[in-house]
Amino acid sequence: MNYLESLRLSLRSVKVNKMRSFLTALGIIIGVAAVITLVAIGQGASNSISDQIQGLGSNLLIVSPGQATQGGVKLGAGSLNTLTLDDVNAISKLNTVSAVSPDVRKTAQVVYRNENSSTSIEGTNADYPKVRSTDLQSGRFFSKFEVQGQANVAVVGTDVVANLFGDPNAQVIGKKIEVNQMPFTIIGILASQGSVGGMSSDDRIIIPVTTAMNRLFNMNKVSTIFVSAKSSDLMDQAQADITLAIRIQHNLPLKEDNDFQITSQAQILNTAQGVTSMMTALLAGIAAISLVVGGIGIMNIMLVSVTERTREIGIRKAIGATRGIILRQFLIESVVLSLAGGIIGILIGLGGSELISRLTPLTAKVSLSPVLFAFLFSMFVGIVFGVYPARKAASLNPIDALRYE
Amino acid sequence: MNSVIQIQDLKKIYRIGDQEIHALRGVSVAIHEGEFVAIMGPSGSGKSTMMNVIGCLDKPTSGEYFLDGQAISQAHDDELARIRNHKIGFVFQSFNLLPRTEAVENVELPMLYAGVGTKERRRRALDALEAVGLIERIHNKPNELSGGQQQRVSIARALANEPVILLADEPTGALDTRTSMEIMSIFQRLNDAGKTVILVTHEPDIAQYAKRIVRFRDGQIIEDGPVLDRRTAALPEEVA
Repeated sequence: MNYLESLRLSLRSVKVNKMRSFLTALGIIIGVAAVITLVAIGQGASNSISDQIQGLGSNLLIVSPGQATQGGVKLGAGSLNTLTLDDVNAISKLNTVSAVSPDVRKTAQVVYRNENSSTSIEGTNADYPKVRSTDLQSGRFFSKFEVQGQANVAVVGTDVVANLFGDPNAQVIGKKIEVNQMPFTIIGILASQGSVGGMSSDDRIIIPVTTAMNRLFNMNKVSTIFVSAKSSDLMDQAQADITLAIRIQHNLPLKEDNDFQITSQAQILNTAQGVTSMMTALLAGIAAISLVVGGIGIMNIMLVSVTERTREIGIRKAIGATRGIILRQFLIESVVLSLAGGIIGILIGLGGSELISRLTPLTAKVSLSPVLFAFLFSMFVGIVFGVYPARKAASLNPIDALRYE
Repeated sequence: MNSVIQIQDLKKIYRIGDQEIHALRGVSVAIHEGEFVAIMGPSGSGKSTMMNVIGCLDKPTSGEYFLDGQAISQAHDDELARIRNHKIGFVFQSFNLLPRTEAVENVELPMLYAGVGTKERRRRALDALEAVGLIERIHNKPNELSGGQQQRVSIARALANEPVILLADEPTGALDTRTSMEIMSIFQRLNDAGKTVILVTHEPDIAQYAKRIVRFRDGQIIEDGPVLDRRTAALPEEVA
């Protein structure tokens, strides 16, 4: 008796008990669909985070203040305010650096006629669009001279337009808004960047760093300095140059640690990807548990089926079926059930991922490997959980099995 | 005459807990080609054990058993399955057809396990069903057939692989008198055509259709001789 005949026998038995077969496969269907959908969501989140980080700018190095130490306890990055506009000037003179842009930010009250909102105000210089790969939707960015002149000009995000003017498409160039009672003229609108993790990147106002530090907020330190290296090959060199330049600026003795730190985009990307891939693995792991549960469901039903069909097995053995043939028939049956469940689960998983991408803000990105994994794993589950019932069937004594009522 | 079955000093001991049950206590018998033997005896006489051993469903504790010249006593399970498949045609009291399966597919089953091709299988199954007079009901499932018809399907199934012996265990036990007669006429006809038939029964009436009776009691043969007043089953047409 060949495998094709065994397959036909098993398919027949699956077909005869349609409802039971479906319920048996349901565990696998849910498990596989869950694995594919959850991994797709994880992958989608990972991709969008990577995009956001890449969107920060090209060949980007981020200089942030060092952390203060109090009684041997480090207080965390940013706990020291050490960076100044002089540091920015020093960095901008380096050969390996193409553009430098400082960043100070504070939340402030913004008013236009009767409307007001609380918005993040960022002070920076004219290099900002270049360093941070930022596009404008309309208008222009402020110039070097406007920064030197501490001009009251503002480039605003689309959410600000919507909040203050009631309509995201309102013509606002040239309009005057007040930030902490200081008037600013809107000269440009930032292209929308969407949101990351529920936080909008479009709810912000960018003004010249000098205006922000000297006139609006009365600060003398910058919170972050963004640096664009000349090329990706020069990242390490640029990092070393910047380190040296700031150490000289800060007059640090040789043995003292840096009072600032430099992070490259690649490092952030690695960290973020580490986090998201762990999250994806976690989701996949939870979903895989349901696959195992589905497998146990198959074993359960197959065991019931063996008991129910004891007499049939006895007949088959009496008229000449060997152990191997009975084993094969039941094993193929459980593999057929789990594979069918796997295939239906894959289809549902693909459909579910598509639906989630369309109906929710999440993006689900299906890739081949979880689909392949789910398919093979469901087959594996069918074999592993099919072996015990099949062996039980195959080892029945024909005399006892024939007598079974 | 060739001996199809050659049994020498066969013993079968079952162990239930500490107790030993001697189901067969040294049985020797030879059955030749073309014979029609009825094995008789009350329950507990060992005739069922004898049937299981002859049918290669069970192995003897000691003794020798040759079926069609092949030693059975030491064969392992898969070998026994193949021997059952090729050399023995079973007919059971409760028919033992596969439920939800058409008559013709039931008949094909032994050939399926023997590896006979699809077309050849169908052809031989139809021949066998024709031989038992059931050619119009080939697509009926067992629950759509009467007891007599089901037993005919199972005879057709037993014949499918052209076995050396037909082994019938109380084949009329679940049937009424008239249907029993029909079934016995089929066995007689098959025997007339040269088939070796072994019939296990406790009904003296049914045993009278055979040519030879082997009587068991307490695990031993107490009588073995030809049937003197043999009955010939009337053909179904004549009964009707």
